[in-house]
Order: sequence, then C-alpha cells, then structure tokens
Amino acid sequence: MDTDLILKVTPFFLQAAVITVELSVLTVLIGLACGALGAAARLSRHAALRFLGAAYVSVIRGTPALIQLFLLYFGGPQIGIQLDAFSAGVIGLGINIGAYMTETMRGAIVAVDHGQAEAARTLGLSRAQAFRKVVLPQALRLMIRPLGVNINAQIKATALVSAISVIELTYTAQRYIGSTYKPFEMFLLAGVLYLAIITVTGKVIAALDRRVRLP
Amino acid sequence: MTQTPFVEIRHAQKSYGTLEVLRDVNLTVNRGEIVAIIGPSGSGKSTLLRAINDLDPLSAGEVLLEGVQVNKTLPPRAYEAHINEMRQHIGMVFQHFNLFPHLTVRQNVTMAPKLLKRLGEAEANRLAEEQLAHVGMLERIDYYPSQLSGGQKQRVAIARALAMKPKLMLFDEATSALDPELVEEVNQVMKRLAEEHMTMIIVTHEMDFAASVCDRVIFMDGGVVVEEGPPSVVFRTPTQERTRNFLRKYLEGAK
Ligand SMILES: Nc1ncnc2c1ncn2[C@@H]1O[C@H](COP(=O)(O)OP(=O)(O)OP(=O)(O)O)[C@@H](O)[C@H]1O
Ligand SMILES: [Mg+2]
Repeated sequence: MDTDLILKVTPFFLQAAVITVELSVLTVLIGLACGALGAAARLSRHAALRFLGAAYVSVIRGTPALIQLFLLYFGGPQIGIQLDAFSAGVIGLGINIGAYMTETMRGAIVAVDHGQAEAARTLGLSRAQAFRKVVLPQALRLMIRPLGVNINAQIKATALVSAISVIELTYTAQRYIGSTYKPFEMFLLAGVLYLAIITVTGKVIAALDRRVRLP
Repeated sequence: MTQTPFVEIRHAQKSYGTLEVLRDVNLTVNRGEIVAIIGPSGSGKSTLLRAINDLDPLSAGEVLLEGVQVNKTLPPRAYEAHINEMRQHIGMVFQHFNLFPHLTVRQNVTMAPKLLKRLGEAEANRLAEEQLAHVGMLERIDYYPSQLSGGQKQRVAIARALAMKPKLMLFDEATSALDPELVEEVNQVMKRLAEEHMTMIIVTHEMDFAASVCDRVIFMDGGVVVEEGPPSVVFRTPTQERTRNFLRKYLEGAK
C-alpha cells in the first residue's frame, strides 16, 4: 500500500468530503421537508392528497435513484429544467430520500396509541391541537432512530451524484485513480472518510435520541 | 317536581356494517345522578358511553346534554367547534388511563385548561395542585406517568378530566386494568366524587361498587337496555331472565 500517496492526496479528499457532507446535509433537509409533506398527505382526510402521497412514495421507491437523477439532470433541460450538477444532485436525492422519510414519519405517527388522540379530543382539544400537543411530540421521539437509518443510507447514496460529475468523495476517488492507477488506496481512503462521516452522524443521532427520551 | 333531564339519549342506534351494536337505546340521567351500566362483554356498554361525547358517533338517534344536542349534524368546521365546546363539559376516564407519557403529571392536568381556557401559568398550576390534592396525587405532581402505578395513573387521569370542570363524568371500566390491590384507591376517588354530587355514568364490571355507589343500574345485553332500576332491585330482585343469568354467572365467576 502506497501510504505516501495516500498522505499526499488526503487534503484533496478532505475537500471532497466537505462536498459530500454538504450534499448530505442539504439532501437530508429537503428529504425531511418532503417527508413531512408526504406523511401529512398520506394521513390526510382528503382522498386526493392521500393518493398523491401514496403515488410519490411508490414511484420514488419503485425506481432507481440513479434513473431519477439522470432524468432530472440530463432529461430536465428537454422540459425546461436547467440545473447545474450540484443542484440537480441535491434536489434529486432530496426528493428521493423524502419518499423513504415519508414512510418513516407516517409509521411513527400511526404508531402513537390511538387512545392518546382520543383522550386529548375528550378534553375538548381540536384535531389540530391534539395532533400538535399530544401525537406529534410522541411521534417525533419515535422517529428519530428510524430517520437515522434513512440518513445513514442517504449519506452513502450521495455517491450516486458522481455519475453526474459532482466532485464529491466518490468522484474524487475515481479521478485520482485515473492519474495514479492506485484504485485500492483511493477507494480505501474514500471509504474511510465515508465511515468517519457516518460514525459521527450516528453518534449525533444517538445523542439526540437519548436527550429526548422519556423517563 | 319534574326535573329536566340532564343527559338524554333518544333512540340511539349504532351499527358496524351489519352488526347492530345499539338498538334503540333510550336513557335519561338526572343532574347529580350516578348511573352504572353493566352487562356482558360486547353488549354495547362502551359504545353507548362513547356515543355520549360523540367519540363513537351514533348511526341514528340523539344525545342531549342539558337539552343541547351533542351529536348535531353540522358542516365539518362548525361541528368541530361545537363538539370541542361540548366535550369540555364531559369528562371521560378510560380503562387504560391514556395519560400523556411525554408530559409530567402537572402538565397532563394543565394542558387542556391552558389551551382551551387560556389559564395563565400560575393559575394553571394552582388548578393542578388543587385537583391533584383532591385525588391524593399532589406529591407526584412532577413525576412522569411511567413513574406511577396503575392506580396512581388512573387518579391522575381523573384529575386531568376534573380540571376542565366538567358537568358530567364518564367512566369506561376505570378499574378493569388495575391489579386488585389498586382498585380500591380509584374507587375511593370515585366515591368521593359521588358524595360531591358529580353526575356520573359508570361502565363497570364491579357489581359491589355499582351497588354501593350508584343510584341506578342499567343492565344491557345485545345492544338494548334489558332492565334498569335502583341497585337494590336490579341486583336482588331482577325481573328479567337475562339479568338473572348475567348476575348468576357473575357470582359464579367471583367465587
Ligand atoms: N370499531 C368497531 N368496529 C366493529 N365492531 C365494533 C367496533 N367497536 C365495537 N365493536 C363491536 O360492538 C360490540 C359492542 O362493543 P362494546 O365495546 O360497546 O362492548 P362492551 O359492552 O363495552 O364490552 P366489554 O365489556 O368487553 O368492554 C361488540 O360486538 C364489538 O365487537
Ligand atoms: Mg367496553
């Protein structure tokens, strides 16, 4: 193993890792927003919204994320959507992870015992008040860990945007292989950096979960 | 003197698909009266009780509280406002307590008064202390529900309902989920409410409690009121065969 080479390229890989972190943060934020909207739609009283929510989830989860990215980035201009690679990556992957988060959030909300909302309604709270004050605070606690699983998957999925030439970790590794012919070292280094990002994220999520856990 | 009915249920009918759970139930409860509803499992007791605050809406029939129809047919928004207002007057206690696990005992009690009656922090705290003292739970005011026994949870649930100053209290097997040694502390709280002339409708499997606390016993079977009257009559000299059968089975079970 060429450790000198690894040390030499590490600063460039760290820069790329920053891009991977940015991609992860932005896609997760978009995903959380899409997930919240999706879950609200899936649980709506209106059949049309429920249908939209269900369609979003099944279309996104039923097709490869890579195809979705290609469709947005390469196919977008054909229908008037011009995005640079980074934006296309963030939006495409954000919408993608949003479908998984929709199901996570919906699952957490329906997992709250129905008697909770019932007790709140019995006291005279409106549907909205019962949701906000009683169901949601419990559902949020339930969804932290499963959302952590979604986020873990999402960090790894940012590697996909290398296919539309966003210069993040995976793309950087591939580029350095072209000039160094050392795929073992380059992919190993990239892998270690992914592991570091994921480990830190996992710890943050576990700490958050501990912090809001009920006695 | 004729009393205007406090609670009136007229021709209550409820079906789940083809299953008729309530068939033309009529019931009147006077102010301050304590009524027990007894009957075999599946006879429609909970369904009837939950129809009173429209938690399980009737298929047909009317529920009135002080002459005001609870289960009005209104456009969604108007219904929502109406039912939320009505429910503030109707406290309900569940078999499984349904305390809010993410809130302390204090917060469980103050949440609804703060939200719906716009009580300030100090006022809400005073109210919580008063209600919790009433059910003997003041020492646990800053505990979470998970830190309480079943009997303590149910007493907090009663305090939570009472904090809205309801005119009527509904109990659906409030002691059925409790270990036998915890039943009495909840029964004591309910007896105390009875002495204070709270109007109560109590679905129960505890015949002794019904006999000692209630003014009237309603025996239901198969979605109808089979027999009703003072506990001394219904328990000692029931006129209906079905009531006798039920009570005999109950006594055999108790042995
Ligand atoms: N949501 C529902 N869907 C279908 N059937 C229901 C529903 N809720 C209740 N039932 C049925 O209605 C009947 C009456 O139920 P209810 O809960 O009122 O009985 P109960 O007298 O309270 O019995 P228990 O003593 O077991 O609590 C039962 O046959 C029950 O299976
Ligand atoms: Mg019942």
